[in-house]
Amino acid sequence: MTTILFIEQMLNGLGYGFMLFLLAAGLTLVFGIMDVMNLAHGSLFMAGAYVAAHVHGRTGSFVIGVLSALAVVLVLALVLEVFLVRRLYGREHLAQVLATFGVILVADDAVKLIWGAAPIMASAPALLSGPIELLPGLMYPSYRLLILAAGVLVAVGLYLLVNHTRVGMLVRAGASNRRMAEFMGVRVGQVFSMVFLLGATLAALAGALMGPLTAVQVGMGEEILIPSLVVLVIGGIGSVRGAFVAAMVVGMVDTIGRAFLPLLLRSFLSPTLVSDLAPAMAGLATYALMACVLAFKPAGLFPARG
Amino acid sequence: MPSQFVYKALALSRLAVIAALACSHWAAAHAADAIKVGVALDISGPFATGGAEARDGINLAVKLLGNKLGGLPAEFIQVDTAGSPDQAKQAVDRLIQQSKISFFTGPTPSNVALAVGPALFAAKVPFITSNPGPSQYAGGQCNPYFFGLSYQNDTWDEAAGQHATDKGYKNAFIIAPNYPAGRDHLTGFKRRYKGEVVAEVYSKVGQLDYAAELAEMRASKPAAVYFFLPGAMGINFIKQFVASGLSKDTVLVTSPASADEDTIAAVGEPMLGLFSTSQWSHDLPAAANQKFVSEFRKTYNRYPTFYAAQAYDAIFAMDAAVRDVKGKVDDKPAVLKALKAANFESVRGPFKYGNNNFPVQDYYLRVIGKNAQGQITNKTLTTVLKGHSDAYHEQCRMK
Repeated sequence: MTTILFIEQMLNGLGYGFMLFLLAAGLTLVFGIMDVMNLAHGSLFMAGAYVAAHVHGRTGSFVIGVLSALAVVLVLALVLEVFLVRRLYGREHLAQVLATFGVILVADDAVKLIWGAAPIMASAPALLSGPIELLPGLMYPSYRLLILAAGVLVAVGLYLLVNHTRVGMLVRAGASNRRMAEFMGVRVGQVFSMVFLLGATLAALAGALMGPLTAVQVGMGEEILIPSLVVLVIGGIGSVRGAFVAAMVVGMVDTIGRAFLPLLLRSFLSPTLVSDLAPAMAGLATYALMACVLAFKPAGLFPARG
Repeated sequence: MPSQFVYKALALSRLAVIAALACSHWAAAHAADAIKVGVALDISGPFATGGAEARDGINLAVKLLGNKLGGLPAEFIQVDTAGSPDQAKQAVDRLIQQSKISFFTGPTPSNVALAVGPALFAAKVPFITSNPGPSQYAGGQCNPYFFGLSYQNDTWDEAAGQHATDKGYKNAFIIAPNYPAGRDHLTGFKRRYKGEVVAEVYSKVGQLDYAAELAEMRASKPAAVYFFLPGAMGINFIKQFVASGLSKDTVLVTSPASADEDTIAAVGEPMLGLFSTSQWSHDLPAAANQKFVSEFRKTYNRYPTFYAAQAYDAIFAMDAAVRDVKGKVDDKPAVLKALKAANFESVRGPFKYGNNNFPVQDYYLRVIGKNAQGQITNKTLTTVLKGHSDAYHEQCRMK
């Protein structure tokens, strides 16, 4: 194995980690502060991807595509918050899971009605369709670099917002002890609405950016929701810092499993057996990691509630 | 645009209701007369692009035949299998038991073909494949009720392997999804390729992000990459291959599953110069092909793919068989004999079936370039394999 291969795979892992972080950040705040389990988060991701691909295809501008995805999903999230999620505060988790699962079903069928069941092949902007030479011998797709850059920007932005602003202080207060924060006069409901919309926008951003790398299709939200929930649990519910660290770790573990395990196994097993075994073992590694973390730190790596 | 889609969807649903009402009257009156044909395709799921193409090919053939087979009224019942063998099995059971179909065509991937075959063979329903040609049905599990009208999976890649050998590529990285057809296709390539295979990789079915595999390719520096990645998988693979800068030093060779007009429409310029091998191409001179391509372009305003061509052929194969048995579709031995005679003009030109009901046919080398009008499309170059039979026919006990 060469250094170039190692670096390239690590960059791929970071890219995946950042995407997970964009989703998990919103999810962890919503769950941490308001104790609302929102499974429809994945549907917002899907909506972002569809709107971005559609608008990009129509206007030819990737930036307009991403911006309109953010705007449309913001409106959708507002509707969702006012008509459904707000009514689920204080209800038991089963009710929340059922209600938001219902949203998934509706969203998937709505997308099928509008865009059809066949996947849409979104394309990266023409400017970023080529590679960039990062190191001698290491060409890396420029679009993937854009995703890394976007991930870093959002992470820094969230860090500043949560740790160095008044709003962030209210968010942290709500996450660590909601009732106490309410007694102290914080309007947790308002803070929550804002956090919900912020989370939805991040999900839409992730969807819009991921579209050109995969394909925009029904069910893409559920596919990424599961690893995001793993990130949420590993990082500790309600903690943005935890979500960040966990997303990076899960991204790395997934990539190591997907990229290096097959190389290792292929030296002594048949290629078809490797392709059956390696993904299963890679998938297992993520969950084994989660089990280990929970065994030693039951509340996750960085629990928001002390 | 979305509102247009909503209108279309509403119009379609209204149409469906009317059609259902009409059908229930019509079915009561004509149930005994119409020859029923089951069509199971992947309209959604990882193989959706191929399924939609096959549907368009079938609909065109049905339109040209005036909703008839061999001059008799026919009913074509279409179901979506969504790439799921389980869903396909249930749908095919319904087609057999409730609709009492006399012919079956579809599906898109080989694993679905393998899943639905046994029920059709047990019910003695001829299964004329619209695309997949799994090695199992060509060899040990061959069946008189299965007709591999299109091609046997390995053969495309045997032609591609021959081409890679002829070109003298000293080593190759080969990749396919991990399902029966993927394994057939890479086995076929290895059978004829004399250079070194640096890595044989099986990715997940439906995988769309090939970053890990591309990094491995960069590290192993092969002279050629052979990939069999149908539908959206191939579209993404080619885009990402080009985006990662690998196309400078490595030649891409593939099968029509990732080099036909549907992929070209989605990928565009990066496809230029891509070689593939196939038993069919839209520029083949056969008269039936000229008619098919011009009718297809008139109806759908685009070039057809091999999925559409093969599915179109499947309907004409049924049409010829019904005509030959004079509508007696319940006389199974006669129907099988008529199907095997293949008394119709195939779009690929003349072909005949071998002992295992798979075609003995020519395979061509094609390259993607710009035509006189500046459109990016396939052009047939040479014949790579002439009168080629698949590698499994000796294992089949049928004569």
